[in-house]
Amino acid sequence: MELKEVRDETGVVEVGGVRREIQLTLMEDPKVGDYLIVHAGFAIQKLDKDQALKDLELFAEIERRAGQP
Amino acid sequence: MKYLDEFRAPEKVQSCLAEIARLLKGREARIMEVCGTHTVALFRSGLKKLLPKGLKLLSGPGCPVCVTPNSYLDRAIALSRLPGVTVTTFGDMFRVPGSSSSLEREKASGADIRMVYSPADAVELARQDPSRKFVFLGVGFETTIPGVASSVLHARSLGLRNFHVLCGHKLVPPALRALAQDKETAVQGLLLPGHVCTVIGSTPCRFLAEEFHIPSVVTGFEPLDLAKGIAMLARQIAEGSAHIEIQYGRSVKPEGNPKAVSVMDSVFRPCASVWRGIGGIPGSGLEFRPEFSAFDAARIPAEVEPERSNPGCLCGSVLKGTRTPADCPLFGAACTPEDPVGACMVSSEGTCAAHYRYGRES
Repeated sequence: MELKEVRDETGVVEVGGVRREIQLTLMEDPKVGDYLIVHAGFAIQKLDKDQALKDLELFAEIERRAGQP
Repeated sequence: MKYLDEFRAPEKVQSCLAEIARLLKGREARIMEVCGTHTVALFRSGLKKLLPKGLKLLSGPGCPVCVTPNSYLDRAIALSRLPGVTVTTFGDMFRVPGSSSSLEREKASGADIRMVYSPADAVELARQDPSRKFVFLGVGFETTIPGVASSVLHARSLGLRNFHVLCGHKLVPPALRALAQDKETAVQGLLLPGHVCTVIGSTPCRFLAEEFHIPSVVTGFEPLDLAKGIAMLARQIAEGSAHIEIQYGRSVKPEGNPKAVSVMDSVFRPCASVWRGIGGIPGSGLEFRPEFSAFDAARIPAEVEPERSNPGCLCGSVLKGTRTPADCPLFGAACTPEDPVGACMVSSEGTCAAHYRYGRES
């Protein structure tokens, strides 16, 4: 969920066009534009965008390897 | 949707499946998905049916509602019967049977029981009505606990004296240790819960590989995450190695979220706890630290009925992975999602509910 607004210890996230208030008390330095993992109304982690892309590259490697005996 | 659709690409899942088959070469292997969300995702994505025949997936004790013993529910029910008390709870606790009643039945007979989406909402309800005592049912693993702890801190900063938590929280690593020591469970690999490890990190699970030599992969929840996580386990099994790997790196760091862990630790401390099916596990539960005892709903006097188990129900063995739902004589007959006997049939993440909903295993 993308963080759209930060107001002190609460924030507003948007997912699929729906906006929702969440708590940011468990986050270190949240910023607008961060993608957050949210559980029961609390952000519990920032999504690591670089790692997400790296994971996808790893899949591409598996795809190449899967063809081999 | 960004960072979501990419992890659902069918052709990539196919490649992972081919990789799993290539690595296992038809050998038998038993792996356990510890987390209830994994159980449901494996069924819903159809992956369970596409895996090689020899690969058996077992569901573990990773559904918080399912592992909560009757005695906890009985106390929650007793509290809901007290005058001036409102019980707030996540929705999935609502229909779980206790020894002789459920929160749903109590609500039908007039108890004030309300569903909340977040513990922060439970604090807000308490703030709005100082004339009533609000008891929030604190059920959940490390994913949920920091939010509950943060809500307690918030209630304290607001000076609320009518907000309490009945702490039934459980910690995953001690339960994994108990499972690893259980000869009957005997698995060759573990899919570790992505969201629990998002909070605590992968480090607290290292003992699984180091002491018990069980390959373990912290895995996400999209079809591609699961297929990849299983492929990583298959590789370790094929190589005869055992270490902790992180498949779900976009959310899980080895150190987790230290701020969330410190919030949790500031309010609660570990204690022994009883898990449905598994029994008592040292250090696997949480209790309030003494300076927060005013928030502890277990200190509110209530008449709790003696605990009774549900006769014939195999939830306990299902949670340990030693039996499957199909082994239970009640499954699909006396026990259905509409009229559940055991907790595993109630929760949307329960193993029995997932088997009932997405097809019985052959």
